[in-house]
Amino acid sequence: MIRSSASEMAAKLIAGETTSVELTKAHLERIAEVDSDVHAFLYVDTEGALAQAEAIDAKRAKGEKLSPLAGVPLALKDVMTQKGVPTTCGSKILEGWRPPYDSTVVTNLKKNGIVILGKTNMDEFAMGSSTENSAYGPTHNPWDLSRIPGGSGGGSSAALAAFEAPLAIGTDTGGSIRQPAAVTGTVGVKPTYGGVSRFGLVAFSSSLDQAGPCARTVLDTALLHEAIAGHDPKDATSINAPVPQVVAAAKSGDVKGMKIGVVKELNGDGYQPGVRARFEESLELLANAGAEIVEVSAPNFEYALAAYYLIAPSECSSNLARFDAMRYGLRVGDTDGASAESVMNMTREVGFGKEVKRRIILGTYALSSGYYDAYYGSAQKVRTLITQDFTKAFEKADVLVSPTCPTTAFKIGEKANDPLAMYLNDIATIPVNMAGIGGMSLPSGLADEDGLPVGFQIMSPVMKDERMYSVGAALEAALLTKWGAPLLDKAPVLGGAR
Amino acid sequence: MTLSYDQVVAKYEPVLGLEVHVELNTQSKMFCGCSTVFGAEPNTQTCPVCLALPGALPVVNEKAIESTIKIGLALNCSIAPFSRFARKNYFYPDMPKNFQISQYDEPICVDGYVDVEIETDEGPKKFRVEIERVHMEEDTGKSLHVGGATGRIHGAEYSLLDYNRAGIPLVEIVTKIVPDTGKYAPEVAKAYVAELRDILRSLGVSDVKMEQGSLRCDANVSLRLIGTEKLGTRSETKNVNSLRSVERAVRGEMIRHAELLDKGERVVQETRHFQEDTGLTRSGRSKEQAEDYRYFPEPDLVPVAPDATWIETLRASLPERPSIRRKRLQESWAVPDKEMAAMINADVLDIVEATVLLGADPTKARSWWLGEISRIANEKDVAIADLLITPADVAEIVALVNAGELTDKLARQVVEGVISGEGKPAEVVAKRGIKVVNDDGALMAAIEKVCAEQSETADKVRNGHLPAAGALIGAVMKETKGQADAARVRELLLSHLGAQ
Repeated sequence: MIRSSASEMAAKLIAGETTSVELTKAHLERIAEVDSDVHAFLYVDTEGALAQAEAIDAKRAKGEKLSPLAGVPLALKDVMTQKGVPTTCGSKILEGWRPPYDSTVVTNLKKNGIVILGKTNMDEFAMGSSTENSAYGPTHNPWDLSRIPGGSGGGSSAALAAFEAPLAIGTDTGGSIRQPAAVTGTVGVKPTYGGVSRFGLVAFSSSLDQAGPCARTVLDTALLHEAIAGHDPKDATSINAPVPQVVAAAKSGDVKGMKIGVVKELNGDGYQPGVRARFEESLELLANAGAEIVEVSAPNFEYALAAYYLIAPSECSSNLARFDAMRYGLRVGDTDGASAESVMNMTREVGFGKEVKRRIILGTYALSSGYYDAYYGSAQKVRTLITQDFTKAFEKADVLVSPTCPTTAFKIGEKANDPLAMYLNDIATIPVNMAGIGGMSLPSGLADEDGLPVGFQIMSPVMKDERMYSVGAALEAALLTKWGAPLLDKAPVLGGAR
Repeated sequence: MTLSYDQVVAKYEPVLGLEVHVELNTQSKMFCGCSTVFGAEPNTQTCPVCLALPGALPVVNEKAIESTIKIGLALNCSIAPFSRFARKNYFYPDMPKNFQISQYDEPICVDGYVDVEIETDEGPKKFRVEIERVHMEEDTGKSLHVGGATGRIHGAEYSLLDYNRAGIPLVEIVTKIVPDTGKYAPEVAKAYVAELRDILRSLGVSDVKMEQGSLRCDANVSLRLIGTEKLGTRSETKNVNSLRSVERAVRGEMIRHAELLDKGERVVQETRHFQEDTGLTRSGRSKEQAEDYRYFPEPDLVPVAPDATWIETLRASLPERPSIRRKRLQESWAVPDKEMAAMINADVLDIVEATVLLGADPTKARSWWLGEISRIANEKDVAIADLLITPADVAEIVALVNAGELTDKLARQVVEGVISGEGKPAEVVAKRGIKVVNDDGALMAAIEKVCAEQSETADKVRNGHLPAAGALIGAVMKETKGQADAARVRELLLSHLGAQ
């Protein structure tokens, strides 16, 4: 049962073949069985999830009209607040903090009757591409437990790949939904910036952060997308427009006559051969399905990574200033006679990990007077140029495509001491955040050289998110025909369960 | 060495700069829905947003933008078609986010002016104070440092934090440097803040209560030798909580600077705190090393781009400028300067005008509000506006007196009744049975009775000793419970005694 898609589970719930409590219990058992190996979860809310499941079953029994995903369980990235449930952002500094309020995403999940199983592991404050930066230990990739599950949302992607949950919420600042999806053989979508409310998403980089849906199929991702998206008056950057019709697009999967633009700069040198092979193969399948493949150029993408590592740290240096031990979270050094300043210093020294400190220092420097124009100012200009590159490219193509990341999952510890190599993993995903457009990653097969999953990235213009779902669904269908079974069936069996 | 003020201004020219912070009187805070009511229990007016809980986001209060645009328009500023919020980053426990959302290089209003008039040796003279910018920001929480000698963080045993004020909308109004005021710098500073306060009050955008901190003034002062161009080092005096203090602070700082300069010492660029009791300032935070606030555009908020037609609607709705209004009212009411000043000081101009608009004679309206009603307000130690009596009540009472239905004395009883909550004037009159005795028959009966009782006095009057009539009139008034018209009693009494 746990290996089915969320929509199959929903269908069984509607048909009365199972109950939400049964489904929830099955997933809780699965978590108990495999999570000591995978470590996808930081907190499992057994009681809360079962209570929610019971309530949904009761509503269904009464014949109440329910949302399409009502009763289906979900794993929530630990960066979203959920009232009364610990929210750590993978950091020691928030250890033990229980938010007094729900994020808008959680409010929407609850409204849709989606059962929240617990909170998933992540790189501290979403800074990282491997989940190794979690203060609570790394998450392991279900395809190979010695490898990373991607990051920052490695907990969410691993939970999906290990069948601990059929749905998950991620957040994506530079690729934190898409890269984990790519390396775990799952689907992840970063909606258009402003498409999903950021209220209750603990900020890393406000102008780049975007919450989004993760699942094992394109349709499941679309169903979750519609459940969480929409205008929110509590988020000033939320777009006040109807939610793109992503479910309809995912159901039709029609790409006939669509122009698909291959971004010249996001392929080639530095991309693993197996990644390139799967990418070429996917293009062929899309062409066969009736799409026209064109090449587009985005000359400014080469500056995206550098600009990103000025903007994101700058914003984070300010966003993370609030963790000062005064009102919540960790407090260190509060002895008799200690000043507020020394308590703040000691708490931040102990509470933040190395990567977070690195970025706070980088950002503080980039915003300093005398350096602002050269760093933050220039980075904003690059951002404008990248947006212009996208605008021009979208004149030639309906969607753009690229491999999601240059390599398959690397080994835990392999890049831990080489931040630059780690940063390079996000080279193809970062431009999407810089321009605020939508991006999806879906599995395109396994790399021949290592047998690990490869991701295919689809990018769509602002608030045209439905386009990536059309293309994603078409490709998914073609690949499924080719493979004869879902890619995850090829993953090693964990915990002996089928 | 102590210099006199005259010695200071004979040698130095002061250069002023004034920064005024105004708390807007919006119902809710700048970036969340929390109440802004003053004086609530600590930390009861807070939420995830103004406490900066992880994940919370600010949303701009539209009303605050409207108020700020109105202020800008009233100060003759241009309204920027596009302005932005920025983050001002620094750590302090009473600032929950450890950054303040403010406006930096793109303020909403720029380049305005306020004209003020002060009395000089050569008669009234007009000074133009140019406004550099008007921008929006949020207030911080309040720290209470306990156990130290100075009430400051250093040396305190512990500190208490109240975040009720955190996020209250503030507008900062910054002048350009104000040169060429010469020895009138203190008066110009005071007149500017007074005019600003009146303008803000007329706009209805703030309580403008300096003593509660809803209007706070920082006075920047520097001196330069007369005839030179180069600006001196300035000090920034905070904690100036009344108009009088503005004047005293500027004067005091001018003298302090001059004494330093005369001794060949330098003025330190620093914040100074005004001491209400001594009129002196004491040293605060040094600003010699400019703090780096690492300003950058607030990514959680979208730019403010007010619609041009909205701005014009607001412009059209601006009230008359207070200084112009005062002149107009003074002329139309024919009030002497001194009386006018008394009304302004007692803050009854609005209420008197409202009373006049309801038909009362300006002189009578003024005398009620400034006289009897002010007296009762003082006695009760409340603001006139908080008394239960309204301009409509006073207009009604004046009309009753004019119609001869009340005497002045009775009218005072009615005023007192209205203020005590007995109802509208007509109700008080009815309930208390207050009535002018117009019935000559009833009056005559009382007169005859009194004359019989006090026959000796009556005889004096009969014999032409008119001052003696006072005692008899008083007795008649007492007999009629004060409800008679004293003039009519006198008339009838004198004719009854054949003394006329």
